[in-house]
Amino acid sequence: MFEIVDKKVLAPNIKWIRVKAPLVAKSARAGQFIVLRLHEKGERIPLTLFKWHKEDGTIELVFQEVGKTTYELGSYEPGDKIMDIVGPLGKPTHIENYGTAIVVSGGVGAPIGYAVTRALKEAGNHVVSIIGFRNKQYVILEDEFRKVSDELLITTDDGSYVRKGFTTDVLKEYLANGGKADYVFTVGPVIMMKLIADITRKYGIKTDASLNPIMVDGTGMCGACRVTVGGEIKFACVDGPDFDAHQVNFDELLSRLTEYKEEERIALDRYVKGVH
Amino acid sequence: MAKPIKKKRIAVPEQDPKARIHNFNEVALGYTFELAKEEASRCLQCPYEYAPCIKGCPVNVNIPGFIKKILEEDIKGALEVIHETNSLPGITGRVCPQEQQCEMNCVMGKLGDKINIGKLERFVADYAREHGIMAETKIAPKNGKKVAIVGSGPSGLTAAADLIKMGYDVTVYEALHEPGGVLIYGIPEFRLPKDIVHYEVKFLKMIGAKIETNVVIGKTITLQELIDEYDAVFLGTGAGTPKFLNLPGVNCKGIYSANEFLTRINLMKAYKFPEYDTPIKVGKRLAVIGAGNVAMDAARSALRVGFEEVYILYRRTREYMTAREEEIHHAEEEGVKFMFLVSPVEFIGDENCNLKVVKLIMNKLGEPDSSGRRRPEPIPGTEFALEVDAVVFAIGQRPNKILYQEVPELKTTKWGTLVVDEKYRTTMRGVFAGGDAVRGEATVVLAMGDGKRAAKAIDEYIRTGEWPEEIKPKTF
Ligand SMILES: Cc1cc2nc3c(=O)[nH]c(=O)nc-3n(C[C@H](O)[C@H](O)[C@H](O)COP(=O)(O)OP(=O)(O)OC[C@H]3O[C@@H](n4cnc5c(N)ncnc54)[C@H](O)[C@@H]3O)c2cc1C
Ligand SMILES: Cc1cc2nc3c(=O)[nH]c(=O)nc-3n(C[C@H](O)[C@H](O)[C@H](O)COP(=O)(O)OP(=O)(O)OC[C@H]3O[C@@H](n4cnc5c(N)ncnc54)[C@H](O)[C@@H]3O)c2cc1C
Ligand code: SF4
Ligand code: SF4
Ligand code: FES
Repeated sequence: MFEIVDKKVLAPNIKWIRVKAPLVAKSARAGQFIVLRLHEKGERIPLTLFKWHKEDGTIELVFQEVGKTTYELGSYEPGDKIMDIVGPLGKPTHIENYGTAIVVSGGVGAPIGYAVTRALKEAGNHVVSIIGFRNKQYVILEDEFRKVSDELLITTDDGSYVRKGFTTDVLKEYLANGGKADYVFTVGPVIMMKLIADITRKYGIKTDASLNPIMVDGTGMCGACRVTVGGEIKFACVDGPDFDAHQVNFDELLSRLTEYKEEERIALDRYVKGVH
Repeated sequence: MAKPIKKKRIAVPEQDPKARIHNFNEVALGYTFELAKEEASRCLQCPYEYAPCIKGCPVNVNIPGFIKKILEEDIKGALEVIHETNSLPGITGRVCPQEQQCEMNCVMGKLGDKINIGKLERFVADYAREHGIMAETKIAPKNGKKVAIVGSGPSGLTAAADLIKMGYDVTVYEALHEPGGVLIYGIPEFRLPKDIVHYEVKFLKMIGAKIETNVVIGKTITLQELIDEYDAVFLGTGAGTPKFLNLPGVNCKGIYSANEFLTRINLMKAYKFPEYDTPIKVGKRLAVIGAGNVAMDAARSALRVGFEEVYILYRRTREYMTAREEEIHHAEEEGVKFMFLVSPVEFIGDENCNLKVVKLIMNKLGEPDSSGRRRPEPIPGTEFALEVDAVVFAIGQRPNKILYQEVPELKTTKWGTLVVDEKYRTTMRGVFAGGDAVRGEATVVLAMGDGKRAAKAIDEYIRTGEWPEEIKPKTF
């Protein structure tokens, strides 16, 4: 059992928790994730490691409530226990000193983007962070990003904070104005990653995307997480989750994420009715 | 003293096919004590040195020996005879391909039906479990040495049990949240009730094994850390990585590996959705590609979750199917339809890539290939469409590589299996391996046998410290 020791609400439906998971905390690296199961009847879902602390054996997770499991997790309070947590899973993000590295994160991709930003910064890169949110209410982790970025560019879809536009607009402007970029890392909604990849392809900038397909075991055993990269079938949980964004078939990923839409709705309805 | 010969096998009570496709309860109900004695009385009690059944069993269970004990109504004695070489009879009795092993050359086969060894073995285990009968287990005093076992499938569980009995301190590491390997996540409840696996795991804990679930060696803890902390390491990581055919449309929704399909159903209990959170999509028609045990399990599970029509699509002919006879028979009884000499060439979905059609091509059998089986050859111009809502790939599995991804010192073969010598030693000092990880997809009893022999080799290594300069690869 894995005890939740702290919890905060960061934005509507976006929550932060700190959980005791000493073995994970000891081995975690940027870009990796865990798979958790809340209880005996629970589903296994992946969440990215936001921060980890070897000293006290805790990990931090940030998640958005989108369905049954994440809503239920959101109802857990400090002192409550998560039945299973396994990790760190996936290959760590490849970190080196590229020169100038740009990290583009959208929405709840921000916690993943944060871990990678910090690692790139520690490796000596000049790091430019581009983070985008729906509106002012949803802006999360701003201070955290500021601490590990050389430049921080924030945008909101509706312009309610800092500026109006998508992360793609910000990246386009940055590059059009002669901004330097030796490497781009992107994480967030699939459609955003796809468009970011389209932009950097034109400029020939090496770009990695952190993919988020549906997963079951997270250890390479089921193939639920398969994605097509450069025409080949890859398992995101063991071969990724990071892949060369210029080779990824994003449309397929987008489609595969909708596989259980109907069942997800049934589970959430049932949960909401049971709780209220 | 001439005993009358009973030619006919005593039938095993089974659930009616019409009823059982609506539940996940076990299909074969097993012998009662009376029926078991009757079947046991058919055995000719061939002498130990000669008995072909013992020779056919990969772990050489003393079959006439335990059958005699059943006749004497000494179930504890029968269990102890079996336990000399097989610590998981409740499992092997259910899942071994007996017709190719112990029962293959049974002498009774010349006079009538072969003895139903599998069901008798299962009877002993079940009766003992239900009546709290335990085999005497001798556990040597602790010797202060520690062994780590990676993977809790049959090979790992067997190695762990034997090492504990020799006095070792044993810790089993398992990646999933529940121990048992394929026995838990793959083989369905209606063929191997999970209570039986739980019972074996509980026994192992009772005799002192520590079982750490949710630990992926190579990720949570590195192999090197294990080597540093333990006197020896056994890798029983299995062959759990599914293969797909890279055909057009293969990533459409509704196409699964058998592992995903079965894991959702068995491990995550999707057949109880929405009481359990993990879903499975149920449509009208499902096709399974492949014809081994895995394929039969997927097909029969599909019927039970509510698919109306289920097909097995196989590229060769009936006689080449690799599934156990009993599984094929049960699948037929339950209404699974078989299509032979067909291979998929394309998957076609609707505008949202929801699977609608699998395009198939007819084959003819050509010359035998390296496995001695005649090779299927597609016949041009014979493509046709089968409308389906789901397809399950059961065309084989490769060893899980999550552990060795970052350990180049561990040599693998061109099939991805770990290189070991006849004493199950890998190319890293102090690291042993067995089961599907070294054989590729094999069987439960072979994995168990490996676990047993590896435990002996581990004991020898820890006592003598001997390790060869060079590992001479054993072929399986
Ligand atoms: C490697 C990886 C890392 C992730 N890290 C995070 C994280 O740090 N924080 C976070 O909030 N989420 C993260 N996700 C997504 C998270 O796993 C899903 O939101 C979660 O599984 C939803 O479960 P649920 O039962 O609450 O909702 P469900 O009922 O399963 O789904 C509800 C909705 O969410 C969508 N959805 C389902 N699964 C995913 C998925 N894997 N990715 C994106 N959308 C999905 C569905 O399409 C549906 O619309 C990550 C996913 C992956 C694969
Ligand atoms: C659906 C299905 C039906 C089958 N039916 C039959 C049958 O009827 N009869 C028969 O004899 N055989 C059958 N088999 C084959 C049989 O189950 C296997 O041969 C046997 O289970 C192999 O045992 P094992 O101990 O080598 O590995 P497995 O049972 O595969 O167990 C390996 C375990 O190791 C864990 N693991 C892997 N990597 C790591 C890691 N890095 N760290 C920690 N843990 C790890 C895995 O999670 C898994 O639990 C079937 C297989 C399947 C899939
Ligand atoms: S272990 Fe398998 S092969 Fe051996 S006697 Fe038992 S059922 Fe037969
Ligand atoms: S070969 Fe058949 S008859 Fe002979 S001992 Fe074995 S089970 Fe009995
Ligand atoms: S989640 Fe099962 S193989 Fe990746």
